[in-house]
Amino acid sequence: MSDIATKDAVYVTDSLIAEDIDAYLESHEHKTMLRFITCGSVDDGKSTLIGRMLYDSKMIFEDQLDALTADSKKVGTQGQDIDFALLVDGLAAEREQGITIDVAYRFFNTEKRKFIVADCPGHEQYTRNMVTGASTADLAVILIDARKGVLVQTRRHSYLCHLIGIKNIVLAVNKMDLVDYDHAVFDAIVKDYTEFAHSIGIDTFTAMPISGFKGDNITTKSDNTPWYTGPTLIEHLETVEVLSSVDADKPFRLPVQWVNRPNLDFRGFSGLIATGSVKPGDKIRVLPSGKTSTITRIVTMPTLGGVEGDGDLEEATAGQSITVTFADEIDCSRGSVISTADNPPQTADQFESTFVWLADEAMTAGRAYWLKLGTQMVSATVHEPKYTVNVNTMEHMAAKTLELNAIGVAELTTDKAVVFEPYADNRTLGGFILIDKMTNATVAAGMINFSLRRSQNVHWQATDIGRKQHADLKNQKPALLWFTGLSGSGKSTIANLVEKKLYRMNRHTFLLDGDNVRHGLNKDLGFTEADRIENIRRVGEVAKLMTDSGLIVITAFISPFQAERDMVRGMLPEGEFIEVFIDTPLRVAESRDVKGLYKKARAGELKNFTGIDSPYEAPRNPEIRIDTTAITPEEAADLIVNTLLGDA
Amino acid sequence: MTTLTHLDRLEAEAIHILREVVAEAEKPVMMYSVGKDSAVMLHLARKAFYPSPPPFPLLHVDTTWKFKEMYKLRDTMARESGMELIVYQNQEAKDKGINPFDHGALHTDMWKTEGLKQALDKYGFDAAFGGARRDEEKSRAKERIFSFRTTSHGWDPKNQRPELWNLYNARKAKGESIRVFPISNWTELDIWQYIHLNDIPIVPLYFADKRPTVERDGMLLMVDDDRFPLRPGEVPVERSIRFRTLGCYPLTGAVESTAKTLPEVIQETLLTTTSERQGRAIDKDAGGAGMEVKKQQGYF
Repeated sequence: MSDIATKDAVYVTDSLIAEDIDAYLESHEHKTMLRFITCGSVDDGKSTLIGRMLYDSKMIFEDQLDALTADSKKVGTQGQDIDFALLVDGLAAEREQGITIDVAYRFFNTEKRKFIVADCPGHEQYTRNMVTGASTADLAVILIDARKGVLVQTRRHSYLCHLIGIKNIVLAVNKMDLVDYDHAVFDAIVKDYTEFAHSIGIDTFTAMPISGFKGDNITTKSDNTPWYTGPTLIEHLETVEVLSSVDADKPFRLPVQWVNRPNLDFRGFSGLIATGSVKPGDKIRVLPSGKTSTITRIVTMPTLGGVEGDGDLEEATAGQSITVTFADEIDCSRGSVISTADNPPQTADQFESTFVWLADEAMTAGRAYWLKLGTQMVSATVHEPKYTVNVNTMEHMAAKTLELNAIGVAELTTDKAVVFEPYADNRTLGGFILIDKMTNATVAAGMINFSLRRSQNVHWQATDIGRKQHADLKNQKPALLWFTGLSGSGKSTIANLVEKKLYRMNRHTFLLDGDNVRHGLNKDLGFTEADRIENIRRVGEVAKLMTDSGLIVITAFISPFQAERDMVRGMLPEGEFIEVFIDTPLRVAESRDVKGLYKKARAGELKNFTGIDSPYEAPRNPEIRIDTTAITPEEAADLIVNTLLGDA
Repeated sequence: MTTLTHLDRLEAEAIHILREVVAEAEKPVMMYSVGKDSAVMLHLARKAFYPSPPPFPLLHVDTTWKFKEMYKLRDTMARESGMELIVYQNQEAKDKGINPFDHGALHTDMWKTEGLKQALDKYGFDAAFGGARRDEEKSRAKERIFSFRTTSHGWDPKNQRPELWNLYNARKAKGESIRVFPISNWTELDIWQYIHLNDIPIVPLYFADKRPTVERDGMLLMVDDDRFPLRPGEVPVERSIRFRTLGCYPLTGAVESTAKTLPEVIQETLLTTTSERQGRAIDKDAGGAGMEVKKQQGYF
């Protein structure tokens, strides 16, 4: 027989259950809930610890225990002892491999709280599962094997928990029985961990010496560690503050899920309160429209037999699912955010975000993904990462993409403004997922760090004379001829010829040249990747306004990244964006070196020069490709004009 | 400031899930098995959409072998909630006279697994709410709240979508469907407690009463109607019994009990030493991986 099977569970059956069930139920009604995750590597004893907690709280029934005892003898790794890991490792595949391969959720109660445990796997390739488990957790238990101390995995788990914003961290130094409950071993590990924790921004944590297998300091203070004066694991879990009570003190935010309209007299807005609280009479503002009104009711179903209005709440707070009504008929639908009137969240369409890549297929810069944030769903493109983080060493590394389990920082552009708050302030309005438009898979989790551009309260102005009228007056179909190619490829020369030819044919045109725009509109921008993205974005917006006015716009910019060219393509109506690839090989362009720039770049005097120390992504499917080594600029211009007008 | 209790948080989570599906799915339906979990799920749906009735129908995949009292409550609740009730019976199972006495596992497979697939296909539902809980069984502990099924209703445990925060990805290709479990994070005790606090109507079979029973293969079975084939020497005996879960009456074991009120039932539940699915035959098929295999085939 094992120690565990003979040892009586400690805090289990509240004597009230047998003696006074009504009193027990009364007390149970007031329990709070704590969600936590356990992280550790394969041999740290995670599953055993969870099994122990379930067992001690009497969540293992006799029939399960019988099955467990039989299984333990058959496939267990603890000899004749009960292998608690078998109880927790659910799927057949894992049982054979002997490791946990997904997030599993477990439940137990004590007299004070209900607990939901996310059992998270420790392998590096399962970063995504850990992040998933951590995203709903109030607290993390980080397990360390006392014999091994702080390992690479310990750092990784701690970093991920910190990244996802878990404020309560428990360092559980497990298997103390195997180091003879040595105080010095414990102290050394805590010292090591403290140093590391501070280096990544974890200010506080609670360390405790335990043995999941023997039960030391889990539910009762262990006689084996008289030198330890802190709480037991369960005592600590029962008393730490839960997330929802922290969120209640923030400004009111309610993302609208659904509009409730049973008849013409009732219009309610339903959602889960992200932060803050609300009362009838409160002044509110609806984002993104910015319209204001007053809350009239918090509508809830009356108890059976009650009448309409009976169930209405006097106040509701963060974490509650509610339905509210307004005093005024203002625009509000799924995706809107109802907020306190005087302190609303911002809206923006460009962000810097931290990403965790969850899919086998790597991130493609410039590809459009669905982005779901709260109840908002928009189309979004991710730019090339600024850097990725090595989760073992926390070093920043350069990267072109994000692969499965990679964590990185990148900029993000959405096709319309999103109501948001930085993730550090609001998990609901700052956390999002990316969805592949082809496969519908959830490919990434993201956390907004900040917006790059504020577009608070800017509204679209409707005008009577539209783009059709402008184009009709000029008797032409507007278009944007977007020239792209290396410096010195011949873009400006050919673009200039194209405009002259169109002018002679009575077409209304305008040529936007890269160098010229940088003298005016974009003179505040340099040549870093972010600035180049912004340069192209602005040119795209200007070109769009010009096509709206009916013009044929010609642009000549290196525009090295497919993502930005696609971004501009997305701004225009289908068919109006014509990508013209001036295909001149680097050696040819460099040999021409009209402006002497390649020479400077080679000498190291010019940084971020396309083709030299900054990449050029050739268009994958340009509408027009000009091979300048095969035809003259004059022939190229004719080809472009014919293609344009032939289409029109 | 009010502090939310565990039931407040579980309720809010379930309501949020119900509303997300209604907002994003094209044709949702609620699986209604008339058990206590279904009762709670239905109550949550009524609360989520109040004052509108829940904007989807109830679907009962019937085996014709449920307890009489279940059929009675089913019809009452459908009427009270103002929801459409769809009852589906697998015609092939009916024609072949498939029954729990003669066909064992085939009964569950044809009436429930096949019946469910047929019903979902027939009506073109793209999202189906189910009342499964993660604490019931090991493979359920790892199933997502939004669980995707292929066009042939299969479940691939290795290829589940990660669920972060309370963001659910409900996008799917044509022909694919989602099973959604709004009460995934509830335990048996939470269910009882919630029923108690909200006076939710449940089938009287959950409470102890004198009922005709026979003891067979270690299970206490109730003789609910005269289709029950008594073996030679078997005579129904009146016993004070109740049920911890409800399914097809010939497959559902009762426990001897005197618990006539909800607090007494909860008391018994807390003091008991066997798990609630222990009375069900289905989990024990195919060794330790019974439920996991069934789910891959399309069982709820």
